[in-house]
Amino acid sequence: MKAIKRSDAPSTSETKSGALINEFPPRRSFLARFQRWEWMLVALIFIVIVLNSRLSPYFLNAQNLSLTSSDFMEIGLMVLPMVFIIITGNIDLSVASNLGMSASLMGLLFNNHVNIWIAALIGLLAGTLGGLMNGVLIARLRLPSLVVTLGTYAFYRGLAYAFLGDQAARDYPAAFTYLGQGKLFGTLVPFAVGLFIVMAIIFGLVLHKTTFGRYLYVIGNNQDAAVFSGVPVDRIKIIIFTVSGFMAALAGLILAARFGSTRPDIGNGLELTVITVAVLGGVDINGGVGTMTGAVLSLILIGLMRFGMGLVNIQGQVQGIAIGLLLILSILVPNVVRQFSEASSRPHRGGVLAAMGVVVVLAIFLLFFFWSRAPVLAGV
Amino acid sequence: MSTQNLPALPARRTNVLWSIARYREAGIGLIILILVVLVTLRSPEFLTIDNFRDILLNISILVIVALAQAMVIITHGIDLSVSSMIGLVAMMVAFVVKQYPGMPMVSAILLGLALGAVLGMINGLIITYGKVPPIIATLGTLSIYRGLVFFYSGGTWINSFELPKSFKMLSKGTPLGLPNMVIYAIIVAVIVYYFLSYTRTGRSIYAVGGNPDAAAVAGIRSQRILFLVYLLAGVACGLAAVLWASRFESAQTNTALGFELQTVAAAVVGGVSISGGVGTVPGVLLGALLLGIIQNALTLVRISPFWQLAAQGLLILIAVVADNLIARRIQRSKSS
Repeated sequence: MKAIKRSDAPSTSETKSGALINEFPPRRSFLARFQRWEWMLVALIFIVIVLNSRLSPYFLNAQNLSLTSSDFMEIGLMVLPMVFIIITGNIDLSVASNLGMSASLMGLLFNNHVNIWIAALIGLLAGTLGGLMNGVLIARLRLPSLVVTLGTYAFYRGLAYAFLGDQAARDYPAAFTYLGQGKLFGTLVPFAVGLFIVMAIIFGLVLHKTTFGRYLYVIGNNQDAAVFSGVPVDRIKIIIFTVSGFMAALAGLILAARFGSTRPDIGNGLELTVITVAVLGGVDINGGVGTMTGAVLSLILIGLMRFGMGLVNIQGQVQGIAIGLLLILSILVPNVVRQFSEASSRPHRGGVLAAMGVVVVLAIFLLFFFWSRAPVLAGV
Repeated sequence: MSTQNLPALPARRTNVLWSIARYREAGIGLIILILVVLVTLRSPEFLTIDNFRDILLNISILVIVALAQAMVIITHGIDLSVSSMIGLVAMMVAFVVKQYPGMPMVSAILLGLALGAVLGMINGLIITYGKVPPIIATLGTLSIYRGLVFFYSGGTWINSFELPKSFKMLSKGTPLGLPNMVIYAIIVAVIVYYFLSYTRTGRSIYAVGGNPDAAAVAGIRSQRILFLVYLLAGVACGLAAVLWASRFESAQTNTALGFELQTVAAAVVGGVSISGGVGTVPGVLLGALLLGIIQNALTLVRISPFWQLAAQGLLILIAVVADNLIARRIQRSKSS
C-alpha cells in the first residue's frame, strides 16, 4: 500500500475489504512502523499545537489547557464504548439521548429532595437499562442497530423532556460538582480527565488484551463465522450496548456536575461528535478494524483543534467545517492517492471532461455564495 | 433484489384479505389503522377532513425529503446531511429573494433546486470518487454545510418582514381544495414512483443496493447510480428548502436542525430496509403519514407536550419493531 495505512488492527489484519492474501508481504521495517494511522494523528496533533501556539499566546497555558480538557471528557467517555460497538460493525445513535435521560432523571430526583448520590446512582442505573434495552432489541430481535438506536434516540430524549419539562435542576452540592469541576489533589488535572484516563486504560486493555476484545474484531469481520465458531455474539452485543448505556449515563453525571445544572436538552447532538471522534481515530465504520489508542489520539486532536479555533474567535458552528473536512479528508485523501497511483497514468477523455465540469460548477457555486452574501451582510 | 418489491403473484388465488397482507406495506397500514381507530375513540375530532388536511400539510416537506432519503437507503447508503442542505439552501435563497423581491418566484424554486444539486453533487463525488462510506461522508458534510450556514449568514436570520409576499405565497393557497404544499409532495411522489418502478435507471437503484456484485455483472455502472441518488437527494432538499423558508416565512441558522433523523425514520418505518435493495414509494408515504398522525394525535388526545417527544419516540420504536416482525412473518409464509 502506497498510501498511509489508515487502520491497523493488530493481528486480525485481514479486513472485510482487504484480500486475505496481501500483495505486499508484511514489512516490519523501522519505516513501516510509522505508516500507521496513529502516527499520522500524532503528527496532526503536533501540527495543530505548533499552529495554535503561533496564532494565540493563550494556547500553551496550563490553566487554559486544563480547563479545556474537561470540555471533552463527556465525549471521551462515550467514545470508549462506541469504539467497541463500531468495531463489531454496529452503531449507537442513542448515546447523547441516553445521557440526557439519565442526567434529567437524576435532576428530577434531586429536585424532589432525594440525596444527590442516590439520585446519581439511579441515573446510572437508568442509563444502563437504556443501553440494555438497545442491546436486547438488537441482539434478540435481530434488528439493525442503526434503526433501533434511531428509535431510542428519540425515545430517550423524549423521556428527558418528560422528566424535567421546562424545569432545570440546579444548586447541586459542591461534593457533586467536584466530579465535573474539581481538580485532582491540588494538581491542574481535572477529576474528569483522571476518570477518563482510568476508563481509557481499562477499555484499551479489554479491547486489545482479552478474548472478549478479540471477539469484537471477529464479529466485525465476519459475524456468521463468529456464530459458527462458537462466539457468543448475542451476549457480547448485549454487553457492549449495556456498557455504552452505562458510560453515557456516567458522562451525563459529569456533564451535569460541570454545568452545575441539568436541562432536558443536555448533551443534545453529541452523538455525532462521538462517532466522528471514533472514525477519525481509525475505527472502520464497516467494522473489524480500530484501536483504542487511535480513538484517544483523535479525541485529543479534535479537542485541541476546537480549543485553538475558539481562541482565535471562530464560532462553534463554523469550527464544524474544519472538523467535518478533517473527517472526510482523512479517508478521502488516502483513497484518491491510491487510485491515482494504481490507475495507469493515461487520463481518459470522459474523466477529464467530467472533472472540468465539476470544477466549473463548484467555481460558479463559490462565486454565487460570496456574491449573494455580500449585500445583505453589508446591510444594504 | 428482494421479491418484496414485486406485486404478489396472481397464480395462487386465495381470498382478497390474504393477497393484501402479502404486500410489505400491509404491516404499516395495519399499524396506522389501529392508531386511527384508537385515537378516534378517544377524540372524535381526529377523523375529520380538516384535521387530515392539517396532517398532510405538516408532512409534505417530510415526504419530499424522505422519498429521496429512501432512494439513498435502497442503495445501502444513508444521507445524514439533508438537514444541513435544507438549512444552507434556505438561507441562500432567502438572501437572494430579500435582495431581489421582484424576481419571479419560479426562479426562486429553480435556484433552490440548482443549489441543492450542487451540494448533493459534492456528497456524491466524495462517496463515489473518494470511496468514503456514505455515513461518514454525509456526517462530515452535515457539519460542513451547517457551518457554512453560519459563515454565510454571519449568524443573522431572515425574518418574515424581509421576504416578499409572492415568496411566502409559494407554499400557501389551496387550488383544487388541497394546500399547495401537499400538491408539491404529490407531484414529487408520482415522479419518484414512476422513476423507481418503470425506468431502467430506477430499477438499477434496487439492483445496486440489493446485490452490488450481480448489478456489476449485469452491466450496471453502480458508481453512476450512487452519484445520481445523492445528487437527487440534494435536489429534493433544494425544493424542500424553498418550501420550508416560504412556509415558515423565515430562514434561520438552525433551520431543519435534526430533520435528518426524521427522514430516516419515515423511510425505515415505511419498510425501507437499511441493508439496501428493499423499499417502495407507497411504503415511505405511509411511513411519513404514520409519523404525522402520531404527532397530530398526541396533541389531540392532550398528552402533555413534555411527554409528546417520548411518546413519539416510543411509537416509532414500536412501529419499527412490529413492522419488522410482520415483514418477517410475511417472508416466512411466502417461502413456505
